[in-house]
Amino acid sequence: MKKKHTITLTVNGYKEELEIPSNLTLLHMIRENFALTGTKNGCEAGECGACTVLVNGKPVNSCMVLAVECDGAEIMTIEGLTESGGLDQLQQSFIEHNAIQCGFCTPGILITAFAFLQSNPHPSETEIREALVGNLCRCTGYERIIQAVLDTTLE
Amino acid sequence: MNNPHSRLPEFEYIRLDSPESTTAFLKDYPGQAYPLLGGTDILVAFRDRRIQPKYLVDLKHLDGFDSFNFSPNKGLTIGATVTLNQIISSKIIQGHYPILGQAAKQVGGYQLRNRATLVGNLCNASPCGDTIGPSMLYSGELDIFGTNGAKSIPLKDFYLGPGKTSLQPGEIVRSINFPIPPDQHKGVYLSFGRNKLSDLALVAVTVLAYPQKRAPSGFSFRIALSAVSPTIIVVEEAQTLLSEQPITLSSLEKAAEIALNQCRPIDDIRASKKYRRELVYTLTLRALQQLWNSFQS
Repeated sequence: MKKKHTITLTVNGYKEELEIPSNLTLLHMIRENFALTGTKNGCEAGECGACTVLVNGKPVNSCMVLAVECDGAEIMTIEGLTESGGLDQLQQSFIEHNAIQCGFCTPGILITAFAFLQSNPHPSETEIREALVGNLCRCTGYERIIQAVLDTTLE
Repeated sequence: MNNPHSRLPEFEYIRLDSPESTTAFLKDYPGQAYPLLGGTDILVAFRDRRIQPKYLVDLKHLDGFDSFNFSPNKGLTIGATVTLNQIISSKIIQGHYPILGQAAKQVGGYQLRNRATLVGNLCNASPCGDTIGPSMLYSGELDIFGTNGAKSIPLKDFYLGPGKTSLQPGEIVRSINFPIPPDQHKGVYLSFGRNKLSDLALVAVTVLAYPQKRAPSGFSFRIALSAVSPTIIVVEEAQTLLSEQPITLSSLEKAAEIALNQCRPIDDIRASKKYRRELVYTLTLRALQQLWNSFQS
Protein backbone atom coordinates (compact mmCIF):
# COMPACT_ATOMS: atom_id res chain seq x y z
CA MET A 1 0.00 0.00 0.00
CA LYS A 2 1.31 3.39 -1.04
CA LYS A 3 1.68 6.34 1.30
CA LYS A 4 -1.47 8.22 2.32
CA HIS A 5 -1.85 11.98 2.48
CA THR A 6 -3.70 13.98 5.10
CA ILE A 7 -5.62 16.89 3.63
CA THR A 8 -7.98 19.52 5.00
CA LEU A 9 -10.63 21.01 2.77
CA THR A 10 -13.99 22.70 2.88
CA VAL A 11 -16.91 21.02 1.08
CA ASN A 12 -20.14 23.01 0.82
CA GLY A 13 -19.11 25.07 3.83
CA TYR A 14 -18.07 22.19 6.08
CA LYS A 15 -14.40 21.79 6.93
CA GLU A 16 -13.12 18.23 6.88
CA GLU A 17 -9.82 16.48 7.43
CA LEU A 18 -9.26 13.14 5.76
CA GLU A 19 -6.65 10.62 4.79
CA ILE A 20 -6.50 9.72 1.12
CA PRO A 21 -4.29 7.82 -1.33
CA SER A 22 -2.47 9.64 -4.18
CA ASN A 23 -4.58 8.15 -6.94
CA LEU A 24 -7.98 9.21 -5.57
CA THR A 25 -9.66 11.77 -7.82
CA LEU A 26 -11.69 14.66 -6.45
CA LEU A 27 -14.72 13.05 -8.14
CA HIS A 28 -14.40 9.76 -6.28
CA MET A 29 -13.62 11.54 -3.00
CA ILE A 30 -16.80 13.62 -3.29
CA ARG A 31 -18.97 10.63 -4.15
CA GLU A 32 -17.45 8.04 -1.82
CA ASN A 33 -15.85 9.84 1.13
CA PHE A 34 -18.54 12.54 1.33
CA ALA A 35 -21.47 10.52 -0.10
CA LEU A 36 -22.43 13.50 -2.27
CA THR A 37 -23.69 11.63 -5.30
CA GLY A 38 -25.13 14.62 -7.15
CA THR A 39 -21.72 14.91 -8.81
CA LYS A 40 -21.83 12.33 -11.60
CA ASN A 41 -19.18 10.07 -13.06
CA GLY A 42 -19.57 10.26 -16.83
CA CYS A 43 -16.57 9.95 -19.14
CA GLU A 44 -13.70 10.27 -16.63
CA ALA A 45 -11.70 12.06 -19.30
CA GLY A 46 -12.67 15.72 -18.90
CA GLU A 47 -15.04 15.70 -21.85
CA CYS A 48 -18.64 15.37 -20.64
CA GLY A 49 -18.77 17.80 -17.70
CA ALA A 50 -21.11 15.63 -15.58
CA CYS A 51 -18.58 15.76 -12.73
CA THR A 52 -18.23 19.56 -12.70
CA VAL A 53 -17.74 21.14 -9.25
CA LEU A 54 -16.34 24.47 -8.11
CA VAL A 55 -12.81 24.49 -6.70
CA ASN A 56 -12.11 27.88 -5.11
CA GLY A 57 -15.00 29.31 -7.10
CA LYS A 58 -13.95 27.98 -10.50
CA PRO A 59 -15.68 25.14 -12.35
CA VAL A 60 -13.42 22.16 -13.04
CA ASN A 61 -13.90 18.54 -14.14
CA SER A 62 -13.51 16.78 -10.79
CA CYS A 63 -12.48 13.57 -12.60
CA MET A 64 -9.35 15.40 -13.78
CA VAL A 65 -8.28 16.69 -10.37
CA LEU A 66 -6.53 14.66 -7.69
CA ALA A 67 -7.99 14.89 -4.20
CA VAL A 68 -4.49 15.46 -2.83
CA GLU A 69 -4.24 18.63 -4.93
CA CYS A 70 -7.23 20.06 -3.05
CA ASP A 71 -5.52 20.46 0.32
CA GLY A 72 -6.77 23.80 1.66
CA ALA A 73 -9.31 24.24 -1.16
CA GLU A 74 -12.96 25.20 -1.01
CA ILE A 75 -15.20 22.83 -2.93
CA MET A 76 -18.80 23.43 -3.91
CA THR A 77 -20.94 20.64 -5.30
CA ILE A 78 -24.52 20.72 -6.56
CA GLU A 79 -25.70 19.92 -3.02
CA GLY A 80 -24.21 23.23 -1.87
CA LEU A 81 -25.82 25.41 -4.53
CA THR A 82 -28.10 27.06 -1.98
CA GLU A 83 -27.37 27.40 1.71
CA SER A 84 -30.93 26.52 2.69
CA GLY A 85 -30.95 23.34 0.64
CA GLY A 86 -33.87 24.76 -1.37
CA LEU A 87 -33.83 25.47 -5.08
CA ASP A 88 -31.66 28.10 -6.71
CA GLN A 89 -33.43 30.22 -9.34
CA LEU A 90 -31.39 28.43 -11.99
CA GLN A 91 -32.77 25.09 -10.81
CA GLN A 92 -36.29 26.53 -10.76
CA SER A 93 -35.83 27.76 -14.32
CA PHE A 94 -34.66 24.29 -15.45
CA ILE A 95 -37.85 22.81 -14.01
CA GLU A 96 -40.07 25.44 -15.62
CA HIS A 97 -38.45 24.89 -19.03
CA ASN A 98 -38.46 21.10 -18.78
CA ALA A 99 -34.72 21.33 -19.40
CA ILE A 100 -34.19 17.91 -17.82
CA GLN A 101 -34.83 14.46 -19.23
CA CYS A 102 -32.73 11.71 -17.69
CA GLY A 103 -31.05 14.27 -15.44
CA PHE A 104 -27.57 12.76 -15.41
CA CYS A 105 -25.89 15.82 -16.93
CA THR A 106 -28.03 18.34 -15.04
CA PRO A 107 -25.92 18.86 -11.87
CA GLY A 108 -22.78 19.53 -13.94
CA ILE A 109 -24.64 21.94 -16.20
CA LEU A 110 -26.14 23.80 -13.24
CA ILE A 111 -22.73 24.20 -11.61
CA THR A 112 -21.11 25.42 -14.84
CA ALA A 113 -23.98 27.82 -15.58
CA PHE A 114 -24.00 29.06 -11.98
CA ALA A 115 -20.30 29.93 -12.10
CA PHE A 116 -20.60 31.41 -15.57
CA LEU A 117 -23.50 33.71 -14.58
CA GLN A 118 -21.54 34.96 -11.60
CA SER A 119 -18.76 36.15 -13.90
CA ASN A 120 -21.12 37.25 -16.70
CA PRO A 121 -24.64 38.01 -15.36
CA HIS A 122 -26.11 39.14 -18.73
CA PRO A 123 -24.64 36.91 -21.42
CA SER A 124 -25.82 36.50 -25.00
CA GLU A 125 -27.19 33.17 -26.17
CA THR A 126 -23.92 32.49 -28.01
CA GLU A 127 -21.92 33.15 -24.84
CA ILE A 128 -24.11 30.68 -22.94
CA ARG A 129 -23.60 28.05 -25.65
CA GLU A 130 -19.82 28.62 -25.52
CA ALA A 131 -19.79 28.41 -21.71
CA LEU A 132 -21.61 25.06 -21.81
CA VAL A 133 -19.46 23.46 -24.52
CA GLY A 134 -17.85 21.24 -21.90
CA ASN A 135 -21.20 19.82 -20.74
CA LEU A 136 -22.69 17.08 -22.89
CA CYS A 137 -26.39 16.21 -22.79
CA ARG A 138 -27.61 13.22 -24.79
CA CYS A 139 -31.35 13.72 -24.22
CA THR A 140 -32.56 17.27 -24.57
CA GLY A 141 -30.86 18.61 -27.68
CA TYR A 142 -29.76 21.59 -25.52
CA GLU A 143 -32.43 24.09 -26.64
CA ARG A 144 -34.39 24.01 -23.39
CA ILE A 145 -31.21 24.12 -21.33
CA ILE A 146 -30.02 27.23 -23.15
CA GLN A 147 -33.47 28.84 -22.77
CA ALA A 148 -33.54 27.99 -19.06
CA VAL A 149 -30.18 29.67 -18.48
CA LEU A 150 -31.08 32.62 -20.70
CA ASP A 151 -34.34 33.21 -18.82
CA THR A 152 -32.51 33.33 -15.50
CA THR A 153 -30.45 36.23 -16.81
CA LEU A 154 -33.55 38.27 -17.68
CA GLU A 155 -35.02 38.15 -14.20
CA MET B 1 -9.94 3.05 -23.77
CA ASN B 2 -10.61 -0.60 -22.89
CA ASN B 3 -12.17 0.04 -19.51
CA PRO B 4 -13.74 3.49 -19.34
CA HIS B 5 -14.52 3.28 -15.65
CA SER B 6 -11.30 1.89 -14.32
CA ARG B 7 -9.66 3.76 -11.48
CA LEU B 8 -6.34 5.51 -11.79
CA PRO B 9 -3.49 3.08 -11.27
CA GLU B 10 -1.55 3.30 -8.03
CA PHE B 11 1.17 5.93 -7.93
CA GLU B 12 2.66 8.27 -5.41
CA TYR B 13 1.99 12.01 -5.58
CA ILE B 14 5.19 13.99 -4.99
CA ARG B 15 5.47 17.67 -4.16
CA LEU B 16 8.98 18.98 -3.53
CA ASP B 17 10.13 22.40 -2.33
CA SER B 18 12.30 23.64 -5.17
CA PRO B 19 12.82 23.33 -8.93
CA GLU B 20 16.25 21.81 -8.14
CA SER B 21 14.91 18.99 -5.97
CA THR B 22 12.01 18.44 -8.40
CA THR B 23 14.24 18.02 -11.46
CA ALA B 24 16.69 15.85 -9.51
CA PHE B 25 13.82 13.55 -8.56
CA LEU B 26 12.56 13.37 -12.15
CA LYS B 27 16.07 12.55 -13.33
CA ASP B 28 16.42 9.74 -10.79
CA TYR B 29 13.28 7.99 -12.04
CA PRO B 30 13.19 8.21 -15.85
CA GLY B 31 10.09 6.50 -17.25
CA GLN B 32 8.65 6.20 -13.73
CA ALA B 33 8.20 9.81 -12.59
CA TYR B 34 6.05 12.23 -14.60
CA PRO B 35 5.63 15.98 -14.13
CA LEU B 36 2.11 17.29 -13.37
CA LEU B 37 0.62 20.63 -14.44
CA GLY B 38 -3.14 20.68 -15.16
CA GLY B 39 -3.24 16.90 -15.50
CA THR B 40 -5.87 16.96 -18.25
CA ASP B 41 -3.80 14.81 -20.60
CA ILE B 42 -1.65 12.75 -18.25
CA LEU B 43 -4.46 11.56 -15.97
CA VAL B 44 -6.32 10.22 -19.01
CA ALA B 45 -3.13 8.44 -20.15
CA PHE B 46 -2.78 6.93 -16.63
CA ARG B 47 -6.39 5.82 -16.55
CA ASP B 48 -6.14 4.19 -20.00
CA ARG B 49 -2.89 2.51 -18.87
CA ARG B 50 -0.97 4.07 -21.72
CA ILE B 51 1.55 5.09 -19.05
CA GLN B 52 2.37 3.05 -15.94
CA PRO B 53 3.56 5.69 -13.48
CA LYS B 54 5.31 5.21 -10.18
CA TYR B 55 5.45 8.88 -9.24
CA LEU B 56 3.52 11.98 -10.29
CA VAL B 57 5.53 15.09 -9.51
CA ASP B 58 3.59 18.34 -9.07
CA LEU B 59 5.10 21.53 -10.50
CA LYS B 60 2.24 23.89 -9.74
CA HIS B 61 3.55 25.36 -6.48
CA LEU B 62 7.14 25.95 -7.66
CA ASP B 63 8.50 29.50 -7.39
CA GLY B 64 8.43 31.45 -10.65
CA PHE B 65 6.34 28.88 -12.54
CA ASP B 66 3.23 31.08 -12.40
CA SER B 67 4.76 34.18 -14.01
CA PHE B 68 2.78 36.25 -16.48
CA ASN B 69 4.86 39.30 -17.38
CA PHE B 70 4.65 41.59 -20.35
CA SER B 71 7.16 44.29 -21.19
CA PRO B 72 6.78 46.48 -24.30
CA ASN B 73 10.50 45.99 -24.99
CA LYS B 74 11.11 42.35 -24.15
CA GLY B 75 7.78 40.69 -24.85
CA LEU B 76 5.73 38.19 -22.89
CA THR B 77 6.64 35.45 -20.44
CA ILE B 78 3.97 32.84 -19.65
CA GLY B 79 4.79 30.51 -16.75
CA ALA B 80 4.14 26.78 -16.83
CA THR B 81 1.14 26.94 -14.50
CA VAL B 82 -0.77 29.65 -16.40
CA THR B 83 -4.08 28.12 -17.49
CA LEU B 84 -5.70 28.41 -20.90
CA ASN B 85 -8.60 30.40 -19.41
CA GLN B 86 -6.12 32.91 -17.95
CA ILE B 87 -4.65 33.27 -21.44
CA ILE B 88 -8.05 33.67 -23.14
CA SER B 89 -9.17 36.39 -20.71
CA SER B 90 -5.85 38.29 -20.72
CA LYS B 91 -6.03 41.80 -22.25
CA ILE B 92 -2.31 41.48 -23.14
CA ILE B 93 -3.00 38.36 -25.20
CA GLN B 94 -6.10 39.87 -26.83
CA GLY B 95 -4.15 43.00 -27.75
CA HIS B 96 -0.73 41.67 -28.74
CA TYR B 97 -1.03 37.91 -29.39
CA PRO B 98 -4.67 37.49 -30.43
CA ILE B 99 -4.44 34.19 -32.33
CA LEU B 100 -2.90 32.49 -29.30
CA GLY B 101 -6.07 33.29 -27.33
CA GLN B 102 -8.32 32.21 -30.20
CA ALA B 103 -6.51 28.88 -30.48
CA ALA B 104 -6.56 28.35 -26.69
CA LYS B 105 -10.36 28.69 -26.81
CA GLN B 106 -10.54 25.63 -29.07
CA VAL B 107 -9.13 23.37 -26.33
CA GLY B 108 -11.83 21.38 -24.48
CA GLY B 109 -14.59 23.06 -22.51
CA TYR B 110 -14.49 25.94 -20.02
CA GLN B 111 -14.04 23.63 -17.02
CA LEU B 112 -11.11 21.83 -18.63
CA ARG B 113 -9.39 25.11 -19.49
CA ASN B 114 -9.49 26.14 -15.82
CA ARG B 115 -6.95 23.34 -15.28
CA ALA B 116 -5.24 22.86 -18.65
CA THR B 117 -2.13 24.99 -19.16
CA LEU B 118 -0.45 26.45 -22.24
CA VAL B 119 2.90 24.89 -21.38
CA GLY B 120 1.20 21.54 -20.77
CA ASN B 121 -0.51 21.72 -24.17
CA LEU B 122 2.85 22.51 -25.78
CA CYS B 123 4.72 19.72 -23.93
CA ASN B 124 2.04 17.14 -24.66
CA ALA B 125 3.29 17.47 -28.26
CA SER B 126 0.07 16.31 -29.87
CA PRO B 127 0.17 16.79 -33.66
CA CYS B 128 -3.22 18.52 -33.29
CA GLY B 129 -2.34 20.60 -30.20
CA ASP B 130 -4.24 23.83 -30.79
CA THR B 131 -1.79 26.25 -29.20
CA ILE B 132 1.36 24.94 -30.89
CA GLY B 133 0.89 26.59 -34.32
CA PRO B 134 0.24 30.09 -32.97
CA SER B 135 3.03 29.73 -30.36
CA MET B 136 5.45 28.81 -33.16
CA LEU B 137 4.38 31.67 -35.42
CA TYR B 138 4.80 34.12 -32.52
CA SER B 139 8.41 32.78 -32.29
CA GLY B 140 7.97 31.26 -28.84
CA GLU B 141 11.09 30.08 -26.95
CA LEU B 142 10.87 27.64 -24.08
CA ASP B 143 12.74 28.35 -20.87
CA ILE B 144 13.87 24.91 -19.75
CA PHE B 145 15.14 24.16 -16.28
CA GLY B 146 17.06 20.97 -15.61
CA THR B 147 19.63 19.30 -13.44
CA ASN B 148 22.29 20.91 -15.67
CA GLY B 149 20.85 24.39 -15.23
CA ALA B 150 18.65 26.54 -17.45
CA LYS B 151 18.54 26.81 -21.24
CA SER B 152 16.35 28.17 -23.96
CA ILE B 153 14.98 26.27 -26.98
CA PRO B 154 12.97 27.77 -29.85
CA LEU B 155 9.61 26.00 -29.99
CA LYS B 156 10.17 25.17 -33.69
CA ASP B 157 13.14 22.96 -32.67
CA PHE B 158 11.35 21.31 -29.73
CA TYR B 159 9.31 18.59 -31.43
CA LEU B 160 10.64 15.17 -32.51
CA GLY B 161 7.36 13.36 -33.25
CA PRO B 162 3.87 12.74 -31.90
CA GLY B 163 4.13 13.08 -28.11
CA LYS B 164 7.93 13.38 -28.39
CA THR B 165 9.99 16.44 -27.51
CA SER B 166 13.67 17.14 -26.99
CA LEU B 167 13.19 17.32 -23.18
CA GLN B 168 15.66 15.04 -21.40
CA PRO B 169 14.98 13.23 -18.10
CA GLY B 170 15.30 15.81 -15.34
CA GLU B 171 14.30 18.72 -17.58
CA ILE B 172 11.06 20.68 -17.21
CA VAL B 173 9.66 23.72 -18.98
CA ARG B 174 9.51 26.69 -16.62
CA SER B 175 7.89 29.15 -19.04
CA ILE B 176 7.53 30.19 -22.65
CA ASN B 177 8.77 33.56 -23.85
CA PHE B 178 7.37 35.43 -26.82
CA PRO B 179 9.13 38.43 -28.39
CA ILE B 180 7.08 41.52 -29.25
CA PRO B 181 5.05 40.49 -32.30
CA PRO B 182 5.78 42.21 -35.63
CA ASP B 183 4.32 45.71 -35.92
CA GLN B 184 0.77 45.80 -37.37
CA HIS B 185 0.59 42.03 -37.62
CA LYS B 186 -2.71 40.24 -38.05
CA GLY B 187 -3.42 36.56 -37.80
CA VAL B 188 -6.06 33.92 -38.38
CA TYR B 189 -6.44 30.52 -36.69
CA LEU B 190 -8.83 28.12 -38.39
CA SER B 191 -9.51 24.76 -36.83
CA PHE B 192 -11.84 22.26 -38.44
CA GLY B 193 -13.39 19.59 -36.23
CA ARG B 194 -16.45 17.41 -36.44
CA ASN B 195 -18.54 20.01 -34.64
CA LYS B 196 -18.43 23.77 -34.58
CA LEU B 197 -17.53 24.58 -31.01
CA SER B 198 -15.38 21.88 -29.52
CA ASP B 199 -13.54 18.97 -31.06
CA LEU B 200 -10.01 17.87 -31.72
CA ALA B 201 -8.86 19.48 -34.97
CA LEU B 202 -8.95 17.28 -38.06
CA VAL B 203 -6.83 20.01 -39.62
CA ALA B 204 -5.87 23.41 -38.24
CA VAL B 205 -4.15 26.26 -40.03
CA THR B 206 -2.47 29.26 -38.46
CA VAL B 207 -1.48 32.22 -40.63
CA LEU B 208 0.07 35.51 -39.64
CA ALA B 209 1.21 38.46 -41.77
CA TYR B 210 2.67 41.93 -41.33
CA PRO B 211 3.80 44.81 -43.58
CA GLN B 212 7.42 44.35 -44.65
CA LYS B 213 9.02 47.13 -46.75
CA ARG B 214 11.90 44.95 -47.95
CA ALA B 215 9.61 42.25 -49.35
CA PRO B 216 8.58 42.62 -53.02
CA SER B 217 4.94 41.92 -52.09
CA GLY B 218 5.16 44.42 -49.22
CA PHE B 219 4.28 41.71 -46.66
CA SER B 220 5.84 38.88 -44.71
CA PHE B 221 3.75 35.78 -44.06
CA ARG B 222 4.00 32.94 -41.57
CA ILE B 223 2.01 29.72 -42.10
CA ALA B 224 1.71 26.65 -39.87
CA LEU B 225 -0.29 23.45 -40.35
CA SER B 226 -1.50 21.26 -37.47
CA ALA B 227 -2.80 17.68 -37.34
CA VAL B 228 -1.45 16.77 -40.79
CA SER B 229 2.05 15.46 -40.00
CA PRO B 230 3.92 13.96 -37.02
CA THR B 231 4.69 17.47 -35.75
CA ILE B 232 3.29 20.90 -36.56
CA ILE B 233 4.92 22.16 -39.77
CA VAL B 234 5.83 25.67 -40.90
CA VAL B 235 5.38 25.99 -44.67
CA GLU B 236 8.45 28.04 -45.53
CA GLU B 237 8.14 27.66 -49.30
CA ALA B 238 4.67 29.20 -49.25
CA GLN B 239 5.89 31.98 -46.95
CA THR B 240 8.66 32.82 -49.43
CA LEU B 241 6.24 32.79 -52.36
CA LEU B 242 3.91 35.28 -50.69
CA SER B 243 6.70 37.68 -49.83
CA GLU B 244 8.10 37.58 -53.39
CA GLN B 245 4.99 37.62 -55.57
CA PRO B 246 2.20 40.20 -55.58
CA ILE B 247 -0.69 39.08 -53.37
CA THR B 248 -3.51 38.00 -55.66
CA LEU B 249 -6.04 35.21 -55.53
CA SER B 250 -3.72 33.23 -57.79
CA SER B 251 -0.68 33.58 -55.47
CA LEU B 252 -2.81 32.69 -52.43
CA GLU B 253 -4.01 29.59 -54.30
CA LYS B 254 -0.43 28.67 -55.13
CA ALA B 255 0.52 29.01 -51.45
CA ALA B 256 -2.38 26.73 -50.47
CA GLU B 257 -1.19 24.22 -53.05
CA ILE B 258 2.31 24.22 -51.56
CA ALA B 259 0.74 23.58 -48.14
CA LEU B 260 -1.18 20.66 -49.66
CA ASN B 261 2.02 19.20 -51.12
CA GLN B 262 3.90 19.46 -47.82
CA CYS B 263 1.34 17.88 -45.53
CA ARG B 264 1.47 14.19 -44.64
CA PRO B 265 -1.88 13.40 -42.98
CA ILE B 266 -2.97 9.95 -41.81
CA ASP B 267 -6.17 7.93 -42.00
CA ASP B 268 -7.77 7.47 -38.60
CA ILE B 269 -11.11 7.08 -36.90
CA ARG B 270 -11.92 10.77 -37.24
CA ALA B 271 -11.17 11.38 -40.92
CA SER B 272 -9.48 9.92 -43.98
CA LYS B 273 -6.16 11.05 -45.37
CA LYS B 274 -7.87 12.17 -48.56
CA TYR B 275 -10.39 14.31 -46.68
CA ARG B 276 -7.67 15.88 -44.56
CA ARG B 277 -5.69 16.76 -47.71
CA GLU B 278 -8.75 18.49 -49.17
CA LEU B 279 -9.13 20.35 -45.87
CA VAL B 280 -5.51 21.53 -45.90
CA TYR B 281 -5.97 23.25 -49.27
CA THR B 282 -9.39 24.68 -48.43
CA LEU B 283 -8.52 25.91 -44.93
CA THR B 284 -5.14 27.36 -45.95
CA LEU B 285 -6.73 29.30 -48.79
CA ARG B 286 -9.62 30.40 -46.59
CA ALA B 287 -7.28 31.54 -43.79
CA LEU B 288 -5.04 33.44 -46.23
CA GLN B 289 -8.04 35.13 -47.87
CA GLN B 290 -9.49 36.14 -44.49
CA LEU B 291 -6.10 37.46 -43.45
CA TRP B 292 -5.55 39.40 -46.66
CA ASN B 293 -9.09 40.86 -46.54
CA SER B 294 -8.45 42.06 -42.98
CA PHE B 295 -5.52 44.14 -44.29
CA GLN B 296 -7.68 45.66 -47.05
CA SER B 297 -10.49 46.85 -44.78
